[in-house]
Amino acid sequence: MSFKENLINGTNFDHKSLNALQKVTLRAVVMSFLFYGLVAIEGMIMRLVQTGPSNPLPEMFSHPEHYFSIMTVHPIVGIFGSTYQLVFAAFMFLVPFLTKKPLYSIKLANFVWLSITIGTALAWIAAFVWQYAPLYTLYWPLPADTTQFATIGGIVFIIGVALIMLGTFGFIYNIYATIFARVGVHKDKTTKELLISGFGIDGMLNLWNKLRGKQPYSKEPALALPVVAIFRGTVDTFLDAVVILSAGVLVLVYLLFDMGGSPLDVGAIDALLYKNYFWWGLDLVADGLVLIYVAGSWYLLATLITGQKLFMENVARAALMLELLVSWMVWSHHLLADQGQPEMMKLISGEMVTAFELLTQGLALFITLVTLWKARPLKMTMELKYLLGGLVGFGLAVPAAIIQADMGMNRVLHNTQWIIMAHVHIALIVGLYMTLYSALYVLWPIVTNNTKMFSSKLSNIHFWLYLIGGVGMGAFGGMAGLNGMLRRHLYLNGEFNTLMILAAICGTMVLIAWAIFLYNIIMSVGIKGLIGIFLPAEDKSASYGIEPEVIADNHKV
Amino acid sequence: MTFSNSAELLSFHWVAYSIYSALIISVIAWFGYNLTRKEKAKSIVRIPFYTYIAFLVAGGVGHHIFTYNAIPWVSQDITRHDITPDASYKFQMEKQKWIGLPKERIIVQCGQTIEFDVQSRDLVYGFGLFRKDGSLVMQMQVNPGTDVNGILDSNDILWTFNHNGVFDLRSTEYSGPHAYGEHGEDLLLVKNFMEVKGCKKDGGKK
Repeated sequence: MSFKENLINGTNFDHKSLNALQKVTLRAVVMSFLFYGLVAIEGMIMRLVQTGPSNPLPEMFSHPEHYFSIMTVHPIVGIFGSTYQLVFAAFMFLVPFLTKKPLYSIKLANFVWLSITIGTALAWIAAFVWQYAPLYTLYWPLPADTTQFATIGGIVFIIGVALIMLGTFGFIYNIYATIFARVGVHKDKTTKELLISGFGIDGMLNLWNKLRGKQPYSKEPALALPVVAIFRGTVDTFLDAVVILSAGVLVLVYLLFDMGGSPLDVGAIDALLYKNYFWWGLDLVADGLVLIYVAGSWYLLATLITGQKLFMENVARAALMLELLVSWMVWSHHLLADQGQPEMMKLISGEMVTAFELLTQGLALFITLVTLWKARPLKMTMELKYLLGGLVGFGLAVPAAIIQADMGMNRVLHNTQWIIMAHVHIALIVGLYMTLYSALYVLWPIVTNNTKMFSSKLSNIHFWLYLIGGVGMGAFGGMAGLNGMLRRHLYLNGEFNTLMILAAICGTMVLIAWAIFLYNIIMSVGIKGLIGIFLPAEDKSASYGIEPEVIADNHKV
Repeated sequence: MTFSNSAELLSFHWVAYSIYSALIISVIAWFGYNLTRKEKAKSIVRIPFYTYIAFLVAGGVGHHIFTYNAIPWVSQDITRHDITPDASYKFQMEKQKWIGLPKERIIVQCGQTIEFDVQSRDLVYGFGLFRKDGSLVMQMQVNPGTDVNGILDSNDILWTFNHNGVFDLRSTEYSGPHAYGEHGEDLLLVKNFMEVKGCKKDGGKK
């Protein structure tokens, strides 16, 4: 097949054969990867600015207003526009797939990706046009500081974030409505049974009965373990959305009063109390839903790849419950440098409970590795490679954060590049995204009706460039943090030049990897197919019937 | 083992985390390699499940016990309101400016414990001391706010200086683009803010 033919028609992709669930999933995936490209370019701009005066970028990128407006939207586009979209799309496909029930509403799923896409675009426009730049932390009263920012920019930004949160609520409703629907295999289940299973209480009772030498409480739990993880993680997604939306409403009220000529007193809101409230919610993204969703995804991928039951499944179910409780009580590790924060909260929430994440994430890593090990020999497929890459990512990133969640270490690491690079970027780029790429390779034949990937060589190049680039960028950035480089600061004189150049080289590898991945996908589905994904589906089905066991057969040597 | 300043701690941390990183990457790579092999893999070490869990718990808790005992500023920070400092410096921040900073460079004798109390009249700022090589001596957040009587909230930190050096002051928290000049210069950077004298070459009083 010629290049032109491939580019237009893809390999063997036929968008007309896709049902409504497949199409809505792919729409969100496409938007997610487009936003990923945007966030990678933004990241590279910031990285290049930090290399010093000899950087090749136009001077405007080094202006504080411009630089910090990029820094403000970078996490919004990355976390919400890209990651949320991809995760929500995967889960709105997986829940029907795993429960063998239709998705509650395709219309609502369409609303979710559209709302998040428009919301992210609005937030980006607010930063680009009006240079609204209070950063994602929104530390009070900076987002309402109209001496530094245009009021209209703030209003557009908040409306954008609110739309993202509305889309998030749509996802949550769709997931729970699907899980609690008493149809198919759940026809005879009560809401109570589904709730007990969803919270992992059946796993705990099974462990308890085993210790007492009694029969298990439930031999066949109502919900599969990955669905339990989705159920559990979505609780944190909901709480997080409530907090972010309410903070947004607060900022909006102040901005609207300011616009009306009667500004409110920003001192009426206690900055430290606000920080506690906001970090409690924001931390539910990092330490709540991400860790729970990732653990669930690892379990799903390990069982799909091996075709075997998960090692120590009851422990895994119980650990997910523990992770939920832990995620509600760890926010103080963000406030260890705040001297007004009570010492007991720093000690208990910031240090001790946070340390439990080492246990819960370590447990997930162990269970996943043993499940894979027990099924060996396995083929080193792309999905297995990416899964191992994801394990490496979290294996590096979680201890990096636990180390800093300490009153001694925090004094010299808080707000440095250590936490944002060695922890956040490695957790997201390597840990989370490699897990998501693994899921993508597993689900690719199912969601696209067995479309042949254009080039496995390009898939491999993508993997290695991405892994080395992601780890390298995080490592060099982390080293700069140890050398005192701040994370929310503009360095224009090349103060950390060598490490920033190395980080920029690695960042370029990540960007190139993304371009290669995108090229591979476009050559697989073709431009026609890509457009076709956004056309209405002829088959209105909202479920997918392939048995998960079929996937495992593809991985046996 | 006790760290007498942050430079020693950060060097130790660099080495320890690099070793850990090499270890975890090697373990997963070893797993990946052996997952595909038909031959029985020889385990380098067998780790029973509950030993692994005990190791994680010990690691999580032990890390804090270690730092509490090895990093002197942890206990000092917790009990700072019961400690009388050798000197105190109090100043404020507003509209991306330091207000009331000492006019002369602060001179600290080796081993002295100094209190810094910084108040903010508007936004969240940071207070950080940096060595000339750019590395961080210490820092804290500076939150705005007042008590019921309208008195600005304190953001206080106590620090004992055991090594000679001239330190710069800068805000460690972003307070908006107005904290920078037109060409990106840091308006909150105070060069040569303080100097510590009288220590031995490798730290500690002469």
